[in-house]
Amino acid sequence: MAQRGFLGRRRPPRDDLPPGQYDTGEDFPVLTAEVTPVIDPERWSMSVDGLVANPTTWSWAELHALPESTYAGPIHCVTTWSKFGTTFAGVSLDLLLDAAGPLPSATHVLATSTTGYTTNLPLDHLRGGQAWVAWTYDGKPLPRDHGGPARLLVPHLYFWKSAKWVTRLTLLDHDQPGFWEVNGYLNLGDPWREQRYTGD
Amino acid sequence: MTEGGDAVRPGPGPWRPATVREVWRATPSTVGLRLEVPGRVPHRPGQHYVVRLTAEDGYTASRSYSVASAPDDALLELLVERLPDGEVSSYLAEAVEVGDELEVRGPIGGWFVWDGPGRAVGIGGGTGVVPLVAMLRWARGHPELVPPGRLQLLAAARTAESLPYGAELAAYGARLVLSREASAAGRPAGRVQAEDLVRLVAPDTTYYVCGSAAFAERVSGLLVGLGVEASAVRVERFGPSG
Ligand SMILES: Cc1cc2nc3c(=O)[nH]c(=O)nc-3n(C[C@H](O)[C@H](O)[C@H](O)COP(=O)(O)OP(=O)(O)OC[C@H]3O[C@@H](n4cnc5c(N)ncnc54)[C@H](O)[C@@H]3O)c2cc1C
Repeated sequence: MAQRGFLGRRRPPRDDLPPGQYDTGEDFPVLTAEVTPVIDPERWSMSVDGLVANPTTWSWAELHALPESTYAGPIHCVTTWSKFGTTFAGVSLDLLLDAAGPLPSATHVLATSTTGYTTNLPLDHLRGGQAWVAWTYDGKPLPRDHGGPARLLVPHLYFWKSAKWVTRLTLLDHDQPGFWEVNGYLNLGDPWREQRYTGD
Repeated sequence: MTEGGDAVRPGPGPWRPATVREVWRATPSTVGLRLEVPGRVPHRPGQHYVVRLTAEDGYTASRSYSVASAPDDALLELLVERLPDGEVSSYLAEAVEVGDELEVRGPIGGWFVWDGPGRAVGIGGGTGVVPLVAMLRWARGHPELVPPGRLQLLAAARTAESLPYGAELAAYGARLVLSREASAAGRPAGRVQAEDLVRLVAPDTTYYVCGSAAFAERVSGLLVGLGVEASAVRVERFGPSG
């Protein structure tokens, strides 16, 4: 069904735009259902626990002492915008997971933020250079409203999986729905398969 | 806060055709649309829909719009602010006529919803009042479920003329906060301040803050400054950052 006279403000077509998404250009919309917390990096820490051989907690300084790693590419929000050419830097989750040593029984991860926000991910979507704890965006400290001081970054899934203000990853032997997964979005959230809402 | 929402609810279902039944200029920069959507699932006050526009060659654009109508309204009411260069809003606000067909998908969102009976405070800026209007209409239509005073509202805009649903909000007893002029109730011109909010703060209350990212940031910060638990504040941000 076409709308009479609707042309749209198109950007050049691109193969790397998942179905149903539009290119937001310079904009970086903020989508959060919560109050933006004020977090002192000196009092923040990042933990990996649950089904791991060595539950480990890193301070801000300890995390920054690890080799830095960068993601450059697009991000996709379930509310239909995609943003191209983003650059985030932080630490690869591979380093943190390797240090903690997932037990063979671990299959899923629940990410928890300082606010209590949670999201669930299959463990194999966080390994192999697919996920980061990020603290800079475009070379500058990650703004608070985009999850600063540090957020999870899993750019191949819809962005609600990239928990802002992340502080903890808990490895589980089962899948446990998080905040949006209970409140109407789908479990995995693969933009190329348009896994948006419950029932898709 | 994962327990705050309901159990998993049915999803929004498929794209549905929506026939435009009423169009009106609500304020100088906003247009109201009332849509007939056969087969739609009833929404809860606070939820939104996605509207999709398709060009002749199949190009599509979609954006989210909160529902202003109560769940038991026969039509689905949206209110769209026309943004300069807005791809979807300018079409909805300028080109759409009665009888046109759009495509919609919803309702969406299980968090920014209130249908009683708990105590709620809604604070909306500009078009951010839209989901609060659905809550207000629900409360007004169901006095047996929602005792008076259970829902308190504050609506902010530049001027009374630019505030969507201003008269309806004022009649319900909403506090109007106008940044460019004094309100009819005598509040002097100025942005939302802690003293506007302090009278709304009470125990066992959930706060629903909706508007631009800047408005949501400012109001939620003020609430937390007044001692409100961050976990009691639910935020819906409409626009881009900055
Ligand atoms: C859950 C949700 C509910 C929403 N409910 C409503 C509603 O009830 N009524 C309503 O009018 N809008 C609502 N919005 C915003 C709406 O989805 C669109 O973002 C808005 O209509 C702009 O779309 P556009 O295609 O016209 O503009 P775009 O083409 O996407 O953007 C054009 C320009 O406007 C700027 N811009 C985009 N959005 C906004 C904004 N909201 N405020 C200021 N500048 C902006 C962009 O930076 C850009 O420069 C809601 C958004 C969300 C996420």
